[in-house]
Amino acid sequence: MNVIRQALVLVGKDMLLEWRGRSRFISVLLFGVVTLLLFSFAVGPDSVALRAAAAGFLVLALLLSSTLSLSESFRLEQEERALEGLVLLPVDPVALFYGKAIGNTLFLLLLAPIFTPVALVLYSVELGAMKILTLVGLWALAAAGLSAPGTLYAAMTSRLRSQDVLLPLLLFPLVVPVLMGSVKAMALVLGGDPLEQLRSWTVLLGGFAVIYWSLCGLLFPYAIEEGG
Amino acid sequence: MTRRIFGVRTLGLLGLGLLLVGSYFGLFVAPAERYMGQVQRIMYVHVPCAWIAMVCYTAAFVFAVIGLWNGKPRWDARTTGAIEVGAVLNALLLVQGSIWARATWGVWWDWDVRLTTSLVMLLLFAGVLALRSFVDDSDRRATWTAVATIVAFVDVPLVYFCVRWWRSLHQTQSTPETVSPAMVLPLRLNAIAILLIAIWLIAQRAKLERERLRKEQVDEPARVTAGLEVTDA
Repeated sequence: MNVIRQALVLVGKDMLLEWRGRSRFISVLLFGVVTLLLFSFAVGPDSVALRAAAAGFLVLALLLSSTLSLSESFRLEQEERALEGLVLLPVDPVALFYGKAIGNTLFLLLLAPIFTPVALVLYSVELGAMKILTLVGLWALAAAGLSAPGTLYAAMTSRLRSQDVLLPLLLFPLVVPVLMGSVKAMALVLGGDPLEQLRSWTVLLGGFAVIYWSLCGLLFPYAIEEGG
Repeated sequence: MTRRIFGVRTLGLLGLGLLLVGSYFGLFVAPAERYMGQVQRIMYVHVPCAWIAMVCYTAAFVFAVIGLWNGKPRWDARTTGAIEVGAVLNALLLVQGSIWARATWGVWWDWDVRLTTSLVMLLLFAGVLALRSFVDDSDRRATWTAVATIVAFVDVPLVYFCVRWWRSLHQTQSTPETVSPAMVLPLRLNAIAILLIAIWLIAQRAKLERERLRKEQVDEPARVTAGLEVTDA
C-alpha cells in the first residue's frame, strides 16, 4: 500500500469519525460565527469601517477556529492511545502526516460555506458569483497553509499538559505570511484590484503551502517517534 | 576541559574589551550623522545586534539539523544556547530600534519590514523555548526543539518578503562605500565584539544545559525506584 493510499485511508477514517460525532464541526462552526459577531462589536455599527475590515475579520475567524480544530483532531488520537496504535501499524509516518493534514484542510474548507455568507451579511459586502468563487479559492489556500504546520505542532502539543496555550503560541507567529497574504488577497477581491496585485499574494500563499507541506512531511516522523 | 573553557572565556573577555573600544570610537571619535545628529550613534550597537542575532538563529538552525541527524544531546544544548542568545540580542535590537525610531521618525513603532520581521522572529523563537520548557523527557525535548527550530527558521525569509510588500519607512541598507570610514570602524569593532560575546554565552549556556541533562539522568533512576515516575502521555 503506497503512501498516498495510506494517507487517503486515514482521511477517510477521520471524516467518518467526524461524520459520526459532528460535535467538533458544530462547536468550531459556532465559535467562528461568534468571533465574526464579536469583531463587528469591536468596530461598531459603521458599515464603511466594517466593510474595510471584512477580509481581516474573516481570516481571523478562520485562524482562531483552526487552532480549535487542530488541537481537537489530535485530542481524539490521544484518547485510548490511538496515536500509538497508528504508529505501531505498518503505516508510513509520512502518510500519517498527510492524512491528518488533508483531513484538517478539508475540515477548515467546510467552514467556508458558512463563514463567508455570515461575514458578507454582517459586514454589508455584496459580491458576484465569480468573486465568491475566488474568495473560496483563497480560503482553500489559507486553510492549506494553516493545516501543514498546524498538524505538525498539534501532534507535538497534544502530548503535553499545556496544549491549549502552546499551539497558538507556536502557530500564530509562524503563519503571519498566511494571515497577511490571505487578508490582502481577500481585501483585493472584496474591494477591487486596480493594480492587479492579487496574483502576487496568491503566489505567496501557494508558496507558503508548498514549502510547509514538504518540510512538515519530512519532520513529522521525528515529531511522533516514541521517546524522540 | 579546563583549557577549553578558559579559551571560550578568553573570547568573552576579548569581546567585552573590544565592545568598550568600539563604543568609545562610536561615541567620541566617529562624526555625528548630518541629519539625525547624535542619536544616530545608537547604530553602533543596533546594527551589530541585528547581525549577530541573525548569526545566532542561523547557528541554531544548523545545530538543530545536525542534532536531528545524529541525535547527540550536545547539539540540543548548543541549539538552545544559540536560540536564547539570539532572542536576547533580538529583544535588545527591538528596544534600541524603538528608541531610534522615536527620535528620527517620531514614533516608537512602525510597521516597517525589518521592525515587523524582527518582532515576528522573536516571537517564533520564544515559542520554541516555550515548547521546550513543557517537555519533561530529554530525548523528546531535544527532537521537538530541533523540529520547531527548523520550522521557525524557514519562516523568517517568508515573513521578511511578505512584510516587504507593505510600504517601508526604514532607511535602505548602507554599504561601507557610502559611509565615512570613521563610522565603519566602530560598527565593525562592535560587530566582532558582540559575536565573540555571543559565542562565549552560547558555550556557557550549552555547558549549563549539558550539566542539567546529566543531573536529570542521575535523578531519574532514583525517582523511578522511589515510585515517583509520572508519564506525560
